[in-house]
Amino acid sequence: MTGKIIIETKSLVKQFSMAESFFTALDSIDFTMNEGEFTGLIGPSGSGKTTLLNIIGSLDKPSKGEALVLGESIGTLSAKASAALRNRSIGFIFQNFNLLPVYTVYENVEFPLLLLGVEAEERRVMVEEALRWVDLLDKRNSRPGQISGGQAQRVAIARAMVKKPRLVLADEPTANLDAANSHHILQTMKKLNEDLGTTFLFSTHDEKVMTYLKRRIFLVDGKIDRDERV
Amino acid sequence: MINLKLAWRNIRGAGIRAILNSLVLSLVIVIIIWMQGLYDGMSEQMSRAMIDMELGGGQLWHPAYDPYNPMELPDAHQPLSDKLKKYVAEGKITPILVVQGTMYPHGRMQAIFFRGIDPSQDIIQVPSRHLDNGDGYSIPVIIGKRMAENSNLKEGETFTIQWRNAEGVYDAADAKVIHIMDTPVSTVDIGQVWMPLNQLQSMMALPDAATLIISKADFEFSGEIIGWDFKPLSFLLKEVEALVKSKQGGGMLMSIVLLFLALIAIFDTQLLAVFRRKREIGMLIAMGMTPRQVGRLFTLEGSLYGIIAIAMSAIYGIPLMIWTQVNGLYFGDMMDDFGMALGNTLYPIYTVSKTLAIVITIFLIVLFVSYYPARKIAKMNPTDALRTNT
Repeated sequence: MTGKIIIETKSLVKQFSMAESFFTALDSIDFTMNEGEFTGLIGPSGSGKTTLLNIIGSLDKPSKGEALVLGESIGTLSAKASAALRNRSIGFIFQNFNLLPVYTVYENVEFPLLLLGVEAEERRVMVEEALRWVDLLDKRNSRPGQISGGQAQRVAIARAMVKKPRLVLADEPTANLDAANSHHILQTMKKLNEDLGTTFLFSTHDEKVMTYLKRRIFLVDGKIDRDERV
Repeated sequence: MINLKLAWRNIRGAGIRAILNSLVLSLVIVIIIWMQGLYDGMSEQMSRAMIDMELGGGQLWHPAYDPYNPMELPDAHQPLSDKLKKYVAEGKITPILVVQGTMYPHGRMQAIFFRGIDPSQDIIQVPSRHLDNGDGYSIPVIIGKRMAENSNLKEGETFTIQWRNAEGVYDAADAKVIHIMDTPVSTVDIGQVWMPLNQLQSMMALPDAATLIISKADFEFSGEIIGWDFKPLSFLLKEVEALVKSKQGGGMLMSIVLLFLALIAIFDTQLLAVFRRKREIGMLIAMGMTPRQVGRLFTLEGSLYGIIAIAMSAIYGIPLMIWTQVNGLYFGDMMDDFGMALGNTLYPIYTVSKTLAIVITIFLIVLFVSYYPARKIAKMNPTDALRTNT
């Protein structure tokens, strides 16, 4: 435990309606996560990792139970309030990088700050700092199509980190990267976790990621199977 | 403001596609304004030409006179009252006698209307003063350029005319083309032979008679003129308005087709964008925008095409329109095919109110076309959007 509770789920259930029945993606999930953790949700495809990450990221709502993220109950948040929560306090990293294709690297990283209404000069300083963290300042004017997959994921990390969120959710961040790039971005995230105290929650089934994690929560068929601290 | 900034970035990032969409829309805007200007110019020019050459400030018609019913024409005449004669003497009105007859240019027979006009009148711009230059042997006549071409007659040539006078007696005489007038108004040209009024009255044995009376532009008849029907310009120009409207209908159809094509391009771009940029939409939501905000961003993005198109239209459209308004557009003899009283050169008229109305209407349509696909975003589930492969 490194700080106060940042995520808490209580009997969390997520069901998706099928033709005439329900598919239970998450079944009675109870766990807490403290500020500053570097934790992974580990499990095979279909185990519910991404669903749990989406609920914690307030992109989805629980069917039953409760998910408290940064003191906010996700199930009761309005669209506007969840957007504000994401905007203010949560950064996302996806396996497909999801960079905005028509923006430059700089503009991609700048985007969350524009939404936060940060002043231009302050924005410039913050974007350059974030690009320095991921060692991509020289690529600031490139477009996503002009950089490698590893670099694109580093841009995504910079974008997630630029507003210095309290929580970063990374959904299979190394799935589309080779081993060298995977280690590079994991080292970057680890360093940011240590230097800035940002909480990281991964969903992964990549062995390489697991070696970096301080805590591993194993999910099987929508249930927590094991919760290990390293 | 932030949305505008982001929308502008997206438009800028769309590159050539954005330029093409806006360019096509700007062409449509300019063409629609230009066409509206042409029709307004046509209407104004045609009305002006008809007022100058034929209508004056309004007309008095014999009750039996109907320009579309020649059967009534033999009875459509009466002598002028003393009051009207006084107006004629004061130069406020000019009487016209219209009768049917036949001409035989180069051995061909052609049905015509004789129009008797006072050679000294200056109420309409038919160059009647030339009728004073007769040779004393043949009847001096003026015909229009189209009539001259149709009957193959030239100035100074003589031909035979035949008529039936008020007593039912047929007579014939030689007529000499004293002058060929060039007029855009075909109704005073095709099938019309102008001659001195007193000459025609004498031929017809109808002293002091007239079929219609044309008043000066600024003259208003005081009291009722008994035995004559007053036809104001609003009535006499109805046909012009109807003609322009019918032409405008065709033009409007073309404008709608053009506008439809341009809007399809924007609609297509925006609708496809909702599907193609699904993951991007999901990402925008993940970064802290509400689906509604993203929808607004896309609507703004679409409407920016309209704003850019309007700006583009202003850049090349305004100089082009000023140039055409000042120099006119030369159509040559093509204008005759329109069946309108127009010269060879047409001067479009652009009004601020109509131009603004067109621009605002098109912008509102663009806004709607952009809003419609964006509505889908508001209903989109961000997790589905992020999961998509597009």
